[in-house]
Amino acid sequence: MDIVSVLFYVFAAILLFSGFRVITAKNPVHAALFLVLAFVTSACLWMMLNVEFLALTLILVYVGAVMVLFLFVVMMLDVDLESLRKGFWKNMPLALVLGVVVLLEMLLVIVKNPVVTSVANVDPESKISNANKLGWVLYTQYSYPVELASMILLLGLVVAVALTLRKTDKQAKYQNIAAQVAVDSKTRFTMVKMAAEVEEISSAENKQETAGDKQ
Amino acid sequence: MIGMNHYLILSAILFAISVMGIFLNRKNIIVVLLSIELMLLAVNFNFVTFSSFLHNVAGQIFVFFTLTVAAAESAIGLAILIILFRNLRSINVRDMDQLKG
Repeated sequence: MDIVSVLFYVFAAILLFSGFRVITAKNPVHAALFLVLAFVTSACLWMMLNVEFLALTLILVYVGAVMVLFLFVVMMLDVDLESLRKGFWKNMPLALVLGVVVLLEMLLVIVKNPVVTSVANVDPESKISNANKLGWVLYTQYSYPVELASMILLLGLVVAVALTLRKTDKQAKYQNIAAQVAVDSKTRFTMVKMAAEVEEISSAENKQETAGDKQ
Repeated sequence: MIGMNHYLILSAILFAISVMGIFLNRKNIIVVLLSIELMLLAVNFNFVTFSSFLHNVAGQIFVFFTLTVAAAESAIGLAILIILFRNLRSINVRDMDQLKG
């Protein structure tokens, strides 16, 4: 066995173990931490497939942002862990049957399919890095999807803020849409009566003239 | 030598584990969300494997967008989780019956 095979089997074992612990851990914090381990291990496996950019993105985006958000929320919520574990063993037979069926179906497709034959995964002539390759197509061929992805991220930001903002919070500013619709001209525009200002042209001119004479 | 099948079988097992996770922990919405993340990871694994072995960069682009959507999805999911906990004082799926479905 060469070093690549050994590395693959080690990483695969860690990945499957951490995936198993994610679904069986009693404490959700432990489950989230094992999911972090799963993400880091699969980033290592993606590195072995010469997919460096996405491997690093997985660590930066998932481990750095999403899982930290998860851990933050899980630690902030004060949940009763025992009541959440109640149906675990009761659901076990159904889950086992379903998992085995799903796995068998996918293995059948993978093993029987003639497309799935191994090709060398490294292009020896290629001097272009993976990030370079992705960048060439990402901002030309896929520029419209990139814009859409940015809109989705903006949507996520706005929705997360709008959902968690409390209406009773005095700092929060809300639109009162009913009041906005019920507006008519009288509430927006008021006539104010005031005395007309009469400009005293003659006296002002006289003053300017006297000032000019003095100079 | 590690071929394409090894990676595909690994991601299939990972996907099956996460399907089981949703059924086992269906009362705990946090672990359900974690299982969905694990499932997305398994699917991304398939994309990356095919992209790498077939020398086609389109699979990696798709994984890029999947990561984006998954990040937005988990942010919104956690926001919903927080307001649910604020209103119900629990995250048990059994308690979420306001819509009388």
